[in-house]
This record gives sequence, C-alpha cells and structure tokens, in this order.
Amino acid sequence: MSVTIDQVRHIANLARIQLSDEDAERLLPELNNILDWVEQLGEVDTDGVEPLATVVDQQMRLREDKVTDGDIRDKVLSNAPEPQHGFFGVPKVIE
Amino acid sequence: MSDLTNLTLAELRDGFRKGDFSAVEVAESFNEAVAGADALNAYVEKTPELAIEAAKAADEARSSVSLKPLSGIPLGMKDLFATEGVLTSAGSKMLGNFKPPYESTVSANLKAAGAGMLGKLNMDEFAMGSSNETCAHGNVISPWRREGSNAGITPGGSSGGSAAAVSARIAPGATGTDTGGSIRQPAAFTGITGIKPTYGRCSRWGIVAFASSLDQAGPMARTVRDCAIMLENMAGFDPKDSTSIDAPVPQWEAGLSSDLKGKRVGVPKEYRIDGTPAEIDALWDQGVEWLRDAGAEPVEISLQHTKYALPTYYILAPAEASSNLARYDGVRYGLRETVEGGGLHDMYKATRSEGFGDEVKRRIMIGTYVLSAGFYDAYFTKAQRVRALIKQDFRKAFERCDMILTPTAPSAAFGLGEKTDPLAMYLNDVFAVPASLAGLPAMSVPGGLDKDGLPLGLHLIGNEMDEQTVLNAGLAIEERAPSIQLPEKWW
Repeated sequence: MSVTIDQVRHIANLARIQLSDEDAERLLPELNNILDWVEQLGEVDTDGVEPLATVVDQQMRLREDKVTDGDIRDKVLSNAPEPQHGFFGVPKVIE
Repeated sequence: MSDLTNLTLAELRDGFRKGDFSAVEVAESFNEAVAGADALNAYVEKTPELAIEAAKAADEARSSVSLKPLSGIPLGMKDLFATEGVLTSAGSKMLGNFKPPYESTVSANLKAAGAGMLGKLNMDEFAMGSSNETCAHGNVISPWRREGSNAGITPGGSSGGSAAAVSARIAPGATGTDTGGSIRQPAAFTGITGIKPTYGRCSRWGIVAFASSLDQAGPMARTVRDCAIMLENMAGFDPKDSTSIDAPVPQWEAGLSSDLKGKRVGVPKEYRIDGTPAEIDALWDQGVEWLRDAGAEPVEISLQHTKYALPTYYILAPAEASSNLARYDGVRYGLRETVEGGGLHDMYKATRSEGFGDEVKRRIMIGTYVLSAGFYDAYFTKAQRVRALIKQDFRKAFERCDMILTPTAPSAAFGLGEKTDPLAMYLNDVFAVPASLAGLPAMSVPGGLDKDGLPLGLHLIGNEMDEQTVLNAGLAIEERAPSIQLPEKWW
C-alpha cells in the first residue's frame, strides 16, 4: 500500500501538523519507502496469535479512588504559555 | 585534580570513603572538565551548583557515618528525565523552556542515593534517532575520531550525549533511556558499557514518553561494575508507573561474578546478516570464545522472527509516539505558536509544525497513518501479533540457554552527516531492537576496535528479570577483551 500526496496531507491534518507543499513532496517518498518496507510483515503467519500489547506479565493494579495529590494549581500552570486567571488560556473557541 | 575524572565510579566511591579525596574535589574536577568540553555539545544545561551541593552533603555525611550508596558521585542526566526546576527539553524546541515542577522517579532515586547532578545531557529529539543528529540543540560530537582523521563522528543515539560524556570523562556515569537500542548502540559506539534492564525495572514516571511499551531507563558507565552500582540505585517499584514491576531490587554489584561455569550462551543463527562487516562477525566469534573461556558452553539457537523485529518496531514505536506526542499542543506547557486571527486548531498546527523537527514529524506521520481507520488492523494489530511471536522465540531460546550473545550494532560509529536516508538509519538498530520488543535485559560491553580505531560492542541479552547473568557475562567479556583507551582530550 502506498500513500498519495493527498493522503499525506490528510495524515498531516489528523496529526495536527502543518505541511507546506514542499514538505509534503519530500515526505511522500520517505513515507512510502518506510511503508513498503514494513509490508514484509505480511509474510508472517499470525493466525491465532494474540496481539501483545505489554510485555509485563502482571495484573493491572488498582488503587483506592481518592485524591493523593492536589492544591498545586500554580505548579501546574507554571509552564503554561498563557495562563489566565488561574486557567490555561487558549484562543477563542466559541464565536 | 583532573586525574579524578579518570577514575571509575566504583573507584570514586571507594576513594572518597577511604578519605583519599573529598566529594567536593570530585565535583569540582568534573565541573571543570564539563566546562572545558563545550566542543562536544554533550551537555545542554550545566548544573555545577547541584553537583557541589550534593558533594558538600556527602562530605558532611562522611564525618557522621550516614553515607549513602552514591555519596560523592556526580552524574550526568539524559535530558529526557524530568528534573525539578531544571530545564528538561527532551532535545526538542517544543520543550525548549520547560522546567518541570517535579522530579522523575529514576532521578529522584539517584538523588536519594546521594548522587549529585552535573547537568542535562543532549539527545536525539524525543529520543528518536540513532546518531544525535536530530537534536534541537545541535549534534553531539563523539570524543572518538577515526585514526588519522579529524572528521566528526556520531556518538550514536538517542543517548548520545550520555555516551559522549562518559567516554570523554566529563561524567563518571550517566542515565540513558532505551526504546530500541538507545543505550546499547551509543555505548558500543563510544567504547563504554550500558545496560537496559527488564522492562518495568525502572520507573518511567517523569521520563518524557516516546513509546511507552518499550521505553526503559538504564545506566551508562565505564565498566560493568559501575553499571551494576548505578542500576541498583535507579531501579525499584513505583506505584506511579502502572507497568512498574513489584519486585525487590537485587544486589547486582555484590552478585557480580565472571565465573560462568554451568551457563550456556546462545548464539542465534538469524543474527548472521548479509552485509555485516567481517570484523563484526569476527568480534562476535571472539566474544563466544571469551565466554567459553569463562566457563560457558556455547549453543546455537534460533530466533526465527528476527528479520521482522525492525519493521515491527517501526510500526509500534511511531504509533505509540504519535499518541504520546499528541500532548504537545501549545496549551499546557512548552512552545505555543498562534496564527493571527486563527482559532485553536490553527494554534495546534502552528505549534506542532514549529516545535517538532523532521524526524519526529516523520514518525508522528507514520504512527498516525498506521493507527488510522482502515489501517489499524493491517499495521498496528499485525505488528502486535508479530511482537508476540518474537517474544515467544526468546522464551523458547531461554529453555536452551541462559544468555544470548550478538554484536551490538552492524558497524562502528559512522561520521556525522554520512547517513541521510531515514530507512538506512533505522537499520542500525537491527541487533538491539528484538530484545526491546521482548522487554528483556540487554547490555553492550566494549569488545575491541575496528580497522579505523573506533570501538565495537558486544551485546548480551538475558532472560526476564535476570540482569545478574547479563552483568556477569558482561564482566567476563570485560576481563578478557583488550582494554580500550578512551580518547585523548582534543576538545
């Protein structure tokens, strides 16, 4: 499967990355080379094999549902590009 | 004073305890060496005051006999570990001004063990790269050079700043992280030692995430013993990381023994890859002989899905990365770029386009594609199934052997700018990636030099939770391999 230039633009949009026409042209063969190469996994018979998501052989741990941390608003906001009135500021969302 | 920087971590620890020198003398020597090594571009942020502060505490503790395991030791910290109040940029413009209000568990563990911090070490952006040519702070230059040449050599990646710092003796040890070989390949390229423990041994909490099911922290140092010492003080259960292994940390240093009698070393036939330079294969054979000399019996094993490990990795790692890196949106931390009159969506795009470098964008794009509707099963689920087979290969192999020996990388370090094709760069991780996919402990130890005088590494893979066997086999090789002279200072 290879991607087209329109698909490259579509993927970039999904990934929230702005691409110039020049960037898209440059990325097209690079992505297709990589995708062609990973195609070889098609040779492997994986019928009946369960997908492996994590290598750690243990039960997911649950913890008590209570607040263990908090009251650190200023710390949380300390790296925000534009904090406003104790919140994260963003460009206007609703007209 | 500069001779203190030539000592190993164990020698520094023991000499300090005996009273041969003070911790402040050690910290000052390293601070001075760091200040004089800007040409290597290994440190992106220096923290000499933190090194001195920890050293003063160590000197005071020496008189009050409340010494900690790493009292008197200054370390370099890969810039992927969140360090409270100190720049943590992950090698990216995206986090160019990020000062975390918290400390990663691994760096906190090292601090609690008495270690000081010399500074933050340069790395490939978000740990994506094998040569330190994708750093927002510029390339790291290896202290190594080819014989008769002054051309810049890569220290490997992504923990290239850590590798360069240890081999240039501007840190006695440094933290690294390994997702698909990022500790082992740079260790091999710079003639030092590095171990990636079993996935889950070291907490990932506070380490900037690349591919969460693979990322694992580990030490990089001059010797196997130094790695054991550091790892003991990095590892441990952490309730803040859901994949952290709830098991006690063994005393790896005390358990060190290069007597491998009764052990079997597996030599996987699938790792003989066409096009590998003859000297790499020769070193591998030599490594088998060294382990035999230490008492181990070599056995041929088969890891039949080896060929598929790299393509599996280059689906899974970008997929997880595209998801993890979605958090860089310009809202809560890091860079923000806005567009005149634009909305939130425009801000996301402008920020991410400006903040991420080419390799990171390429991997986010691949990851987004393989996770997108219609392709998810064909790529992502398929890769997870192949991953299961790769893990099964290792499980079967460890029924026949106790450790596996391979080369670390298919070549010695290459020159900066020599590899420009992304795919060719990915192939550099061919020997390192399978152990990452299986979550197994794996280590690189120096084996010798190539025809140009550059270091080559041997790679040991162990069974789950069995770092001790890996370290012991590493020690056996270290005792038998020609000792590598670290490069003379030219920087």
